Amino acid sequence: MKLIYYPGCTVKNHARNFDVSTVSSMERLDVEVEELSRWNCCGTVHCLASDNLINRVAPVTNLIRVKEAQASEFMTSCAMCYNTLKRANIDVKKRADALETLNEFMYLEETKYAGDVEVLHLLEYLRDRVTFEKLAARVKKPLAGLKVACYYGCLLVRPKEVAFDDVENPTIMEDLIRALGATPVPFPLKTDCCGAYHTVGKPEIIAERTDKIMGSAHEEQADLVIVSCPLCAYNLDFRQEDARRLNPDFHHLPVLYFTQLMALAFGCDESALRFDLHHIDPKPALAGLGLA
Amino acid sequence: MGGVRQTETEGGKADNQGQPQARTVTISIMGKRAQVPEDATIMRAIEHTGQQIIRGAGCREGFCGACGTIYRMPGDYRIHTGLACTTMVKEGMALAQVPYVPMEKAVYDLEALTPDVDTIKRLYPSIFRCVACGTCTKACPQGLQVMDYVQAAKRGDIADLMELSFDCVACGLCALRCPAEIVQHKVGILGKRLYGRYLRKESKELDARLQEVKDRKFDSEYAELMSLGREALSERYYARDSE
Repeated sequence: MKLIYYPGCTVKNHARNFDVSTVSSMERLDVEVEELSRWNCCGTVHCLASDNLINRVAPVTNLIRVKEAQASEFMTSCAMCYNTLKRANIDVKKRADALETLNEFMYLEETKYAGDVEVLHLLEYLRDRVTFEKLAARVKKPLAGLKVACYYGCLLVRPKEVAFDDVENPTIMEDLIRALGATPVPFPLKTDCCGAYHTVGKPEIIAERTDKIMGSAHEEQADLVIVSCPLCAYNLDFRQEDARRLNPDFHHLPVLYFTQLMALAFGCDESALRFDLHHIDPKPALAGLGLA
Repeated sequence: MGGVRQTETEGGKADNQGQPQARTVTISIMGKRAQVPEDATIMRAIEHTGQQIIRGAGCREGFCGACGTIYRMPGDYRIHTGLACTTMVKEGMALAQVPYVPMEKAVYDLEALTPDVDTIKRLYPSIFRCVACGTCTKACPQGLQVMDYVQAAKRGDIADLMELSFDCVACGLCALRCPAEIVQHKVGILGKRLYGRYLRKESKELDARLQEVKDRKFDSEYAELMSLGREALSERYYARDSE
């Protein structure tokens, strides 16, 4: 059976490393992934105003596209898209009147949305459907000796209604990388905020956050940090020079998508990793352990 | 009336007594009631009332996009759109022509661009205001998936942007209706230019033919054509092979 895949805009351009590593890894797991046809931007950032229905149109249009693909569920790997799509879905499922208004507004759509699609994050799909046991069995190059700090940020397991793991102390990524042969390090700041959109107007906030978060990972002797969000990835990776200016003792660490570690452990080649898209090159940290 | 001028040369006032009565419909043209033949296009209907269209008409065949028109139907809250040259009148139609849509047009040197999302973002940052409401798609008289191509632009998919906007006639009605004030048709043109300049497939046949032109292989044929009179040229034109 095909799994419908919603990549998201950033994953298709600046975060192509997230896209190619996701698709390649799923291939190795014998999951046939089909990119959703005619998908549009998820809506980026869930709108908290319940009467501002225009912000529900983007996510709900995607849910309609999933129905049109003859599917009742789909997967996305981007934490931001997941959060926005899932929350919008929960919201319109609870409010029949809002959904009716939306369907009426989208009168060109041949398919009406009836709350009949489920949003899945890739991590929960791997844990619950593929299982980490099967995942471990597909590892060709165990990531032995690699110490990894798993960073969840804000969007993956918060608020509680979208959480597929413990809200305060999620461990799903740690479980995943153990299956790949790597070692998770304790990481007290793993659900801290990276500063998100302040990266545009107030990059100094990101410098401070990056210094704290990456500094904590370094103190725990992590070789690298993994994430599930392109905005976290950008802030924690590309703002490291700013963090260095703020704190001369700042230590550079590579930031990877969890899917890149999967692709690496499954023996996928460089075209599935795209390390050229990183600011801090992950290769030296991996080469030291014979992994790159 | 902005683009319409009254003339005395034609009109619907001919005495039809003794002749079969043409079926007519009543429409409103820029707020003025008119009886027009039921089988007329909007453009023909306007002219039937004695108006001469001096803006808002071009090719008259649905290609140039000069005659963008909006209309409403009785009892229907929706705004409909059409090209005046290819849309038929209907009983009760209330219409206005929109021959020109003011817009901000990015000026760029195509040779100095890179075919990616950063270029699109720099030249048309407003596309990131899109909330995917789909109003542009509703407004398109060509029935294009306009919102889909704005979304393709947002993710830097220039091939999709080119493909989905290919049949755009640049009437501008999408831009006029867009709540995010995006200029969709201009973004489409940027996409087509980027694709044509940087991403199109190479054509060996085209290259070979261009080389033949440069080698002056067709000079004598050109000279012969140029010496032909209008009639002979016309005959040759209509007898030509075409795909």
